[in-house]
Amino acid sequence: MKFTKIAAASVTALMVATPVLADLVFPSLSYRTGPYAAGGIPYADGFADYFTLLNERDGGIGGVAIQVPECETAYNTEKGVECYESTKGQGALVYNPLSTGITYQLIPKVTADNIPLYTPGYGRTSAANGKVFSNVFNFPANYWNAASLAVNHLLEINGGDIKGKKIALVYHNSAYGKEPIRTLEGLAEKHGFELLAIPVDHPGQEQKAQWLQIRREKPDNVLMWGWGVMNQVAIQEAANIRFPMENFIGVWWSGGDHDVTPAGDKSNGYKAVTFHGVGDDYPVFGDIQKYVVDSGKAAGAGDNIGKAIYNRGVYAAMLLAEAAKTAQEIHGTADITAAQMRDGMEALEITEERMVELGMGGFGPSFTVSCENHGGPGTGAIQQWDAAAGSWKLISDFGGSDMDVIQPLIDADSAAYASENNITERCN
Amino acid sequence: MFYREAGDFKTSYKDDNQTFPIRLDRMGYYIVMFVAFCVVPFFVNDYWVNSVFAPFLIYAIAALGLNILTGYAGQVSLGTGGFMAVGAYAVYKLMVAFPDVSIVIHVLLAGGITAVVGVLFGLPSLRIKGFYLAVATLAAQFFLVWVFNKVPWFYNYSASGQINAPERSVFGVIVTGPNTEAWAKYMICLVFVVVLAWVARNLTRGMMGRKWMGIRDMDIAAEIIGVNPLMAKLTAFAVSSFFVGVAGALFFAVYLGAAEAGESFGIAKSFLILFMIIIGGLGSIFGSFAGAAFMVLLPVLLKNVLVGGLGWPTDLAAHLEFMVVGGLIVIFLILEPHGLAQLWRLTKEKLRLWPFPH
Amino acid sequence: MPEQLLFAIEVTLNGLMAGVLYALVALGFVLIFKASGIFNYAQGVMALFAALTLVGIQQGQVPFSHLINAIFGTHIHHFPWQVPSIIAIILAAGVMVFFAWLVEKYILQHLIGQPDIILFMATIGLAYFMEGFGDMMWGSEIKTLDVGLPQGLNVAIDETTYGWFGYGFFIDNLDLVATLVAIVLVTVLVIFSQYTKQGRALRAVADDHSAALSVGISLRFIWVLVWSIAGFVALVAGIMWGAKSGVQFSLSLIALKALPVLMLGGFTSIPGAIIGGLIIGVGEQLFEFAIGPMVGGATQNWFAYVLALVFLIFRPQGLFGEKIIERV
Repeated sequence: MKFTKIAAASVTALMVATPVLADLVFPSLSYRTGPYAAGGIPYADGFADYFTLLNERDGGIGGVAIQVPECETAYNTEKGVECYESTKGQGALVYNPLSTGITYQLIPKVTADNIPLYTPGYGRTSAANGKVFSNVFNFPANYWNAASLAVNHLLEINGGDIKGKKIALVYHNSAYGKEPIRTLEGLAEKHGFELLAIPVDHPGQEQKAQWLQIRREKPDNVLMWGWGVMNQVAIQEAANIRFPMENFIGVWWSGGDHDVTPAGDKSNGYKAVTFHGVGDDYPVFGDIQKYVVDSGKAAGAGDNIGKAIYNRGVYAAMLLAEAAKTAQEIHGTADITAAQMRDGMEALEITEERMVELGMGGFGPSFTVSCENHGGPGTGAIQQWDAAAGSWKLISDFGGSDMDVIQPLIDADSAAYASENNITERCN
Repeated sequence: MFYREAGDFKTSYKDDNQTFPIRLDRMGYYIVMFVAFCVVPFFVNDYWVNSVFAPFLIYAIAALGLNILTGYAGQVSLGTGGFMAVGAYAVYKLMVAFPDVSIVIHVLLAGGITAVVGVLFGLPSLRIKGFYLAVATLAAQFFLVWVFNKVPWFYNYSASGQINAPERSVFGVIVTGPNTEAWAKYMICLVFVVVLAWVARNLTRGMMGRKWMGIRDMDIAAEIIGVNPLMAKLTAFAVSSFFVGVAGALFFAVYLGAAEAGESFGIAKSFLILFMIIIGGLGSIFGSFAGAAFMVLLPVLLKNVLVGGLGWPTDLAAHLEFMVVGGLIVIFLILEPHGLAQLWRLTKEKLRLWPFPH
Repeated sequence: MPEQLLFAIEVTLNGLMAGVLYALVALGFVLIFKASGIFNYAQGVMALFAALTLVGIQQGQVPFSHLINAIFGTHIHHFPWQVPSIIAIILAAGVMVFFAWLVEKYILQHLIGQPDIILFMATIGLAYFMEGFGDMMWGSEIKTLDVGLPQGLNVAIDETTYGWFGYGFFIDNLDLVATLVAIVLVTVLVIFSQYTKQGRALRAVADDHSAALSVGISLRFIWVLVWSIAGFVALVAGIMWGAKSGVQFSLSLIALKALPVLMLGGFTSIPGAIIGGLIIGVGEQLFEFAIGPMVGGATQNWFAYVLALVFLIFRPQGLFGEKIIERV
């Protein structure tokens, strides 16, 4: 019977094949299709390429080979859950889903399964409080840091006084886009500027009304929390109404190369917050070119190196690799488990010497993670788009954010989560 | 040879009217029930429940609901996602407000609330018909999602607008939240599915179902022979929304555990459930299950075969998945426009005569 | 003039322009619905596919390069040439005609005589298929579409109105171009359907399939024709929208913008699609302007539908739709 054969084959296919044990497994819940593919592709490429580099150049981490099984989520939470469940059994060490929605799904699940969840620059901001969120890490910076960094930049260029200024926030009308509002409200109160929140619904293909509103209201600055097509349209519309690009600041997820290129020269001067270095002028990218791209092992076409989102994928992979190494040292075994990985992440220490050693000197901040603080230093810089050169340039140093405003918000939000879910604080 | 009705004599009206008049069907049904209740729970793990069983069972409820409205009463709706959102947010508010009341009651109440909302959005169906109605129900879809996104009361003023299901239990067994055992998650969905399917089956073959079908086949004619179109259409909307609301509540509370209106209950969900009933078969209870199974299993299967089995890059596999699902929908429609249920029916007809077809 | 009034006029003008774009997408729906009674859900994906094809040809991408690379382990992605915009547009239009022929041959022919809902579902299946196929063929990363259309603030209008009212109106050059293109397109379509043989045949089919068949009109030819035209309209819509946002997946969602336009204008009327588009465009922009800030904004997605719904309650066949006559 042909049919039964197919059925049998299907059933075996449904049960996921387990990879060779004793490999370090870093699943990549990526999205290379769907409305947000433009951002998902370079990130997933960077994430995979760095681990491939470690395999090719160093023979893995601590002598153990690395696997990066990819699972397509299409930025969809259900597929994200499916991906989590299907890769969990393969000995996954840590998850990095690049989606705030999927992160919210996974926070309770990873805590129950004792697997760490790493959400650099996205996800649930209050997860920075390690006392409540034992398994979630979002170092080196989060959304609220980004909001504060953007405002700090405005303070800096306005000589420390933005009282009475009008600042508009154009945001993706979802969990992700709403995150910074509270921080910005707090900062508005502190610095005396007026905040104008303008939502854009998914997908953001049509933003004429929003930008006409901005044209009428004439805000001094516009901040943007966008993702996907919303970024490109917003930058295009801003150029159309001739809003001065240097007064337009995006969060790091609105600061990809593909976000500015469709608008051509008119996007020149657009700024974005970033928590890591820009460009490909770091030795590590030379290594990636040599060991990964030239030998045909790159995850993508290899033409994304040095682009903002690709760099972020590399940076996230690097921090995870360092955390895995820390875990190996703490537990004295090369073949670590997810729980040991969590300990490694909590004890992670990034120094400038180490960064130089890795070929990424000055790419990101030096910091240590502790039991209480899973959020890192919250530092970042401002990058500006140079359309003629077709690249981002850092125009400020890596500075800190206003923790006086952010910390109480983190404490309040995590306390609310703790009481909802009967979590007792750790680290005492 | 084995599947036949000869010798299966009915001696009472009750026997004659039963759901499965053929003995083998009945036995098949009992075996399925036995396996579902007494075998599967002992073998499921997290992966099977979260990737296959929970979505299948919950989508089956939603498909049943939409099938009542579209398949039986003939009112095409594209607002299913919005109504699921009503169920989800209703159950969230209830769970948080009354932590001591059983989750089962909350889910049923959430269904009831959705039914009220459904009737409200069903009112235009008295004037608007066909595709115009289908597009009009999109108004419900977009409006409801927007409301849940916009009014902070619905998500208890959380910073991001996400809702999280707190931990609740039934008879001391945890059924929501991250610490739920795989079998508990499966069982609670299964119980709801079985009970609701039983209700749906008996509603649709009773007086109410006949009225709905009259309206579907030709509403003016039905009105002339004494069916009140107002009542028939609105009850269809109410019952359908109740089912969809329960599905939405389970979807959020049991399956996902966290949700966001725009992402989890968007327009894509409405279309997905419509696909299910069309592929499964309009106006068929079995079809709702078959369609849900098809649409849930096929992508998982394809992905595992292509990525896990053949080692394809994930993006190519995802693109191919779209092509295969789309292609299969078209092929199905060309070969058998009445869906899997009709295919099943034809198979049974053939089996009855087998091996002597003449 | 008071400032608010000026703002309202500006918003209205922009709404009209946005409405033209909606109407452009809706036009594709109406054409197919009239000729074959099919509600073509794939219209949005056709726009995406057409735009992808255009960019792909223009930039000399190798079709299916990703698939080829995955299977043969090669590293190809671009041909060494670039194609001028105008030739690329003609080639893309050619691809859409070929696509129309395929759809007729492999799908529609087999579904003759099926109920409307089945045909509708078939187009949803088609939409799924094309979504995967388009990405498979050209890749899913975002692409910049540049055929040399002007974009941005129209300085002449800005300065003139500033001279008149002390407030310069914002009109996007791209919208002006789109309006012009839409006017030309509709005029050509009207002339085509009124004065050419094929156009008359098309109208005859729209009136009555069997009667048209009985006087010797080839239904198959008409269907290929109308799907080709719809494909071309999709290409135009894809260019207009793609120029603004780049070509990527979300482009297919513009179909959702056209549905309320269809409801309002009626599924069977070309003037209906245009006037419906204008009403929706103006309505949603004005609503967002006047009421939006009070209720928190982002109302565009649903307002168009609610507006159309309210209209339908009073006129169930849409503004210009054929009166629905029911007999028992």
